[in-house]
Amino acid sequence: MGSGWETTTLAERAAEAMPGSLLAGAGYVLLAVVGASLFVAVLGMALIYAERKVAAHFQCRLGPMRVGPHGIFQTVADTIKLLFKEDIVPAQSDRVLHLAAPFFSMMATLLALVALPMSPIVQVADMNIGVLYITAVTGFGVLGVLLAGWSSNNKWSLLGAMRAGAQIISYEVSATMSLLVVVLFSGSMQLSRIVESQADGWWIWRAPVVGVVAFVIFLIASLAEISRTPFDLPEGESELTAGFHTEYSGLRFAMFFLAEFVNMFVVSAMATTLFLGGWMPFHIGGVESFNAVMDLLPPGAWFALKSAAVVFLIMWFRWTFPRLRVDQLMKLEWKVLLPIGFVNLFAAATAVVFGWYFFPF
Amino acid sequence: MSAIVTTLEQRIGRGATTQEFFVNMGPQHPSTHGVLRLVLKLEGETVKDVIPVLGYVHRGVEKMGEHLSYRQFVHLTDRLDYLSALANNWAVAKAVEKAAGIETNERIETIRTLVAELQRIASHQLWWGVFGMDLGAFTPFLYGFRDRERITDILEETIGARLTMNYIQPGGVMFDLHPDFQRKVKEFIAYFRPKLEEYETLLSRNIIAQERMRGVGVLEAAQAVALGATGPVLRASGVAHDLRKSEPYGVYGKVEFDVPVGARGDCWDRYWVRIEEIRQSLRIIEQLIENIPEGKHLLVKPAVRTKVPEGITYSQVETARGVFGVLLVSDGKDVPYRIHVRTPNFNNLWAITRIAPGWRVADLVTMISSLDIVVPDIDR
Repeated sequence: MGSGWETTTLAERAAEAMPGSLLAGAGYVLLAVVGASLFVAVLGMALIYAERKVAAHFQCRLGPMRVGPHGIFQTVADTIKLLFKEDIVPAQSDRVLHLAAPFFSMMATLLALVALPMSPIVQVADMNIGVLYITAVTGFGVLGVLLAGWSSNNKWSLLGAMRAGAQIISYEVSATMSLLVVVLFSGSMQLSRIVESQADGWWIWRAPVVGVVAFVIFLIASLAEISRTPFDLPEGESELTAGFHTEYSGLRFAMFFLAEFVNMFVVSAMATTLFLGGWMPFHIGGVESFNAVMDLLPPGAWFALKSAAVVFLIMWFRWTFPRLRVDQLMKLEWKVLLPIGFVNLFAAATAVVFGWYFFPF
Repeated sequence: MSAIVTTLEQRIGRGATTQEFFVNMGPQHPSTHGVLRLVLKLEGETVKDVIPVLGYVHRGVEKMGEHLSYRQFVHLTDRLDYLSALANNWAVAKAVEKAAGIETNERIETIRTLVAELQRIASHQLWWGVFGMDLGAFTPFLYGFRDRERITDILEETIGARLTMNYIQPGGVMFDLHPDFQRKVKEFIAYFRPKLEEYETLLSRNIIAQERMRGVGVLEAAQAVALGATGPVLRASGVAHDLRKSEPYGVYGKVEFDVPVGARGDCWDRYWVRIEEIRQSLRIIEQLIENIPEGKHLLVKPAVRTKVPEGITYSQVETARGVFGVLLVSDGKDVPYRIHVRTPNFNNLWAITRIAPGWRVADLVTMISSLDIVVPDIDR
């Protein structure tokens, strides 16, 4: 190992500053809150813009072109429109739950962002159970979807929510199973240490075969967890009109929308962190000159590029694949992904025990 | 709204109850392709029963026809199945020509065949795009429309309209072909053949799409015949009935083409039959486009109010969706005494009541889409 990267998180800095001056500590908290909201808002808009442009070019058209050069302010305009729209609550709905549901979805996303190591110095909190934490809080999002579907008092919404519940809970099993593969190899659940363990090579190739299998399973299962095509059944536009958020409008709809897009980033960031070396530049253990060239790009940029690549992949899926059916979805998880995941995990454990992977410690 | 409550106690011995519920799919729903309303009886996601409710775009086309001359009635048929306006026009023209004994020449028949086949392709392109979208893939929709645009442009040059063509009339066609028509059609064929392969790669060979279609919504041949289903829906069930072959009209008798027939009658067969029909239509156009006979394009005076001798005439054509028939009852005047149109979508729609029960909501959407329904054609 001996990577020499020094990691500091926002939480650590706040904790250091706290005894010295309460004001400085509070400042860090404020910075974190404002930073997080800004980050989410800007990231959401950028992703929505990217999605529109990617979709447009896949479909032989241009996408937004009018608002600003190449339509870069289109999402800003749309956000402003959504902010000013009336927030309609159906008369027969469960009012409190209806109003609260979008916040649950949003909260799950925000909480997951906390633990992501975006560069050695940009991370809010570095928990020693990082992987477990992310798995736990992302599972929280299903609550928002279920509440939204139930409280809307609309049969289509309810169908969407039921689909979401079954789907997200099922696919979490496979996603976790593939995360465990990396945990086995890196010997840690702490995300910063998982990244550092990839200083000599990313787990996707350093762990022969099992790394790739785990990555693919993670990607598929995560797509299902965040309800992206081909697993967008909870929304299923052509079937359920808009699924669980049929009855939402204005800002509350925007929150579901934003959560969906930021979730896509969270999934890409997790895939990057665990399988593609996180912010670690592309290194091959022992080839120093090559590694020095790769170090020219700062870690933050590496992280952004890798995440963007995975995000692009996810968008590519969306604009290519049709949607699965409910029973096919369940069959895929319980009869295909889960057995493969189990075998893969077992193979990974064997590989770790015997050191059958590149550059063992 | 009544609901049937069945107690699960006998089955699982607990206090839980399950409820079948009714849901309105449409008249405003993204997958009912217009203003069709389906009342669904659901048990969870499983469809127990489907009841189509019609009449949201009923315009009384047949009653209007009793007050319009035959030439004027042609434009109303554009507004039935708006994706096969030309074939519908043709059916009226054919009926009037048969009843009034109007002769046409080879050029007219060739032009009619050409434009009708072009529109069949355009209709299937649009269907393919919408079908992809109903399966959850958005991109086919834009691909379909991109290529349909080319055909619409070609037809617009000659006809001057893009959707409601009002082109084929008793005794000929409204305008002669545009000088660029032949060149552009040849260009289109060269352009579209590779694109059709792209369609296959994008949707047909996708494992998810295949899983969604194969074995879903099987319509038995006997059922299809009993329902009066026609067109690709009937042929997908294994009945090789195509008016272009069985009672050739236009110049169909002189060109070579095959009638694709399905084996099982599931959504995949209906899909495959239509994709194959695009190929066959391209073949027909290729054979005809090279030498279009010379002659006049219209053999009656444009403004003539044709008088039809007393009697009953029926004539039918094969549109992109099936058999479109026109029944004329004439009392010797220049307006019909009674005019009835037999529209293919009306019969095809009822297949949904036979094939949907037992499948999921998502399959219902696939099945509706695979029947390729145009709602104004059903309601008339």
